[in-house]
Amino acid sequence: MTEMVITQNLHHAYTGHGHTTLALDGVDIHVQKGEFVAVLGHNGSGKSTLAKHLNALLLPSGGKVFIKGMDTQDEKETWRIRQTAGMVFQNPDNQIVATIVEEDVAFGPENLGIPPQDIRRRVDQALETVEMSEYSKHSPHLLSGGQKQRIAIAGIIAMRPECIILDEPTALLDPSGRKEVMNTILKLNKEEGITIILITHYMDEAIHADRIYVMQKGQIYMEGKPKDVFKEVEKIKQIGLDVPQVTELCHQLRKEGINLPPDILSVEEMVVALCRLK
Amino acid sequence: MPIKVESLSHIYMRDTVFEHRAIDKIGFEIGDGDFVGLIGHTGSGKSTLIQHLNGLLKPSEGRILIDGDELHSKSVAMKTIRQKVGLVFQYPEYQLFEETVFKDVAYGPQNLGLPEPEVQRRVEDAIRMVGLDYDSIKDISPFELSGGQKRRVAIAGVLAMEPKVLILDEPTAGLDPKGRDDILKEIKLLHSKRNITILLVSHSMEDIAKLVDRVIVMSKGKIVFYDTPRKIFTEMETLEKIGLGVPQVTQLSRELRSRGLDIGSCINVEEAKNEIMKLLRGSI
Repeated sequence: MTEMVITQNLHHAYTGHGHTTLALDGVDIHVQKGEFVAVLGHNGSGKSTLAKHLNALLLPSGGKVFIKGMDTQDEKETWRIRQTAGMVFQNPDNQIVATIVEEDVAFGPENLGIPPQDIRRRVDQALETVEMSEYSKHSPHLLSGGQKQRIAIAGIIAMRPECIILDEPTALLDPSGRKEVMNTILKLNKEEGITIILITHYMDEAIHADRIYVMQKGQIYMEGKPKDVFKEVEKIKQIGLDVPQVTELCHQLRKEGINLPPDILSVEEMVVALCRLK
Repeated sequence: MPIKVESLSHIYMRDTVFEHRAIDKIGFEIGDGDFVGLIGHTGSGKSTLIQHLNGLLKPSEGRILIDGDELHSKSVAMKTIRQKVGLVFQYPEYQLFEETVFKDVAYGPQNLGLPEPEVQRRVEDAIRMVGLDYDSIKDISPFELSGGQKRRVAIAGVLAMEPKVLILDEPTAGLDPKGRDDILKEIKLLHSKRNITILLVSHSMEDIAKLVDRVIVMSKGKIVFYDTPRKIFTEMETLEKIGLGVPQVTQLSRELRSRGLDIGSCINVEEAKNEIMKLLRGSI
């Protein structure tokens, strides 16, 4: 079993105030164990609704979701699904429950009924992974946004999930906070082998992923490797998303007839390509 | 309306072990009708600074003059200052509370005790200014709107006070690229049409480069630069040292120059395209 996440023809409808909104309209995704997948889309495209299906916070109105083979609609599996797939939300302030960092990280494993000496070890390791060990006795509310978000991630890691879903974890952070959190995410994926599903609207974060799904109106609009997705500049801009500045520049230069490769994502690649032309 | 800040310091929890100097003897002036950006790392003192500008915080040292009037002096009423200086907080949509969009936007002007027709005019005007359709939105509950719309309604609530100075604390945080571009476009329009003085706090160098005339860069409670975006972006090393970046195209032009190519400094995609076209045409 190497498929960590499978959704089959997933539908989700929200009802309220007398009208129904179809937030997911036939979504099929599959994520392999150990993969790093980014889900892009503008506000209202259905990406957060999708994320909430992946640890059974929401259940399908139609279709199926399997986490490591477990059907999210099978209530007997709910707790095992949530242990397998942990979730990190946008706002760290809404996720922190304790007044001391290490107590906050211990909250999850405590609820799993893990013996105290194991909890100690898990908390220490989790804080080390997110490079927050020196803050273990601090009060979370005095930390920066990036630090708080890393504490929230540590709280998830301490539950030892095989997969972590992050729903716009950097949206509220400043550039250095974003970098801290992104480095942590990459480390979890590359060094710990944790499957990562990153929901974001920052393209510069999505370029680190193995694969990208782009969502639009509750459906999968594009799918592929970052380079293949971003070279479709027009298609991406059409749905109100951005491409990195150099990719945009490259696109415009190509329109002027300059012979550049279409899949440039970073400043370094652009420099090399331009120097070759000169 | 001009703003003048003179050797302003702010010390949190003074005379305790937690004493922290969030702002350290800063001074600057913003001219009438200027559009100024304020950028800095988290903890650099930006939010502390803007809360001084409409009197929410009181200086520990130094003083602030709005249109020549000194804040916190006995002769100046706070109420008049807060009418003149509108502050849009981060995530202003969290402050929405009324049953309908109209009532929410009208809350401020009604509290000023304005006559009803004037309130009506201001609300209509403010809702249109943020790019929303007044007739179709006025009776809707603000909580049924999308994130971007909610934020606009919240901004309209501040605009309905008809401030002469508008301070926006990261008005695009958490919005998707389209929502961000729409709001920034409206802010730009507001500046050019109404000649309001604007101070825009942002994390995004790209946004700053596109919009403002001048930028204040803060780090550790001090002002590091106060200049045009173009000038400031030439100081890439200093910016990186204080945890800020420059736009990708600025990095690119710099990188190309260091490899001996004759290319000017660029601050947006358009400029970079023109520079590179010039360079390539010259060589062919």
